[in-house]
Amino acid sequence: MKATILVRPKPGILDPQGEAVQSSLRQLGFTVDEARVGRVIDLELEDKDAAAARAELERACEQLLANPLIESYEIALER
Amino acid sequence: MSTEPRPRIAVLVFPGSNDDRDAALALKRLGAEPTLVWHAEPELPDVGAVVLPGGFSYGDYLRCGAIARFAPVMEAVRRFANGGGLVLGICNGFQVLCEAGLLPGALRPNASLEFVCRDVALRLERTDTPFTSRSEVGQTLTIPIKHGEGCYFADDELLRELEHNGQIVLRYEQNPNGSVAAIAGVTNEGGNVFGLMPHPEHAVDPLLGSTDGALVLGSLVDAARERVLTAA
Repeated sequence: MKATILVRPKPGILDPQGEAVQSSLRQLGFTVDEARVGRVIDLELEDKDAAAARAELERACEQLLANPLIESYEIALER
Repeated sequence: MSTEPRPRIAVLVFPGSNDDRDAALALKRLGAEPTLVWHAEPELPDVGAVVLPGGFSYGDYLRCGAIARFAPVMEAVRRFANGGGLVLGICNGFQVLCEAGLLPGALRPNASLEFVCRDVALRLERTDTPFTSRSEVGQTLTIPIKHGEGCYFADDELLRELEHNGQIVLRYEQNPNGSVAAIAGVTNEGGNVFGLMPHPEHAVDPLLGSTDGALVLGSLVDAARERVLTAA
């Protein structure tokens, strides 16, 4: 099975990368009120029960893939 | 050369550390006996303090310090710190200690998104720590910074806690990276673990423009000596 993990800077956390992207988009003529830059982590996993996989991935996010102090994460599973 | 006993101080070496030898050299000149300890070691030698040096451990992949915190030696560092041992993290070492949860807060990309490499003026908030005892209250230190991700973050609640506990030891006179409350260095609640973004090991010789870094590292050497003597 596959898992996609989306890690984002939490709201209120300064995201200078997002600001730079926003200002570049504006210079190109795009109307953008805000841009935030996060990270995508694609994982290939052994097939297992979805609830068990999710619980394991949550631990992986808390321990390594995200820093819960400054980042939020979302887990999407795909068979 | 002083005849005082030279306390052993461990300087950790991660893949990608690059200030380990500078830190060891500075500590040696300040009266310690530094010993380099590879990250894969499961135990620390018998030492009076541990230094986590600057660099780019594990290429700064994922987040600075995020992977280094799982190095085998870090379990030993955690035990050492939890037992009250003195631990100093410089730059990348500070990032590793934050990721490991041994220090509060996190370090983010500089607000300017630029790598900053220059001398900065630092205001000393505390002189009653094992890392600043050689300094005087209100003293301004000049020590270089060189980092792309030194923007210290603590949410409002944590910041109040840090201020209340007196854990903020160093602040930038002029904020170079967007750190909250201009924080350049903090301790843990117990005061035995200290992390700072500036590089004291690069400011221990007049040739380098400042010797103020010796006040930080020299304080650590004093404290480590005292601990080794007390234990003996």
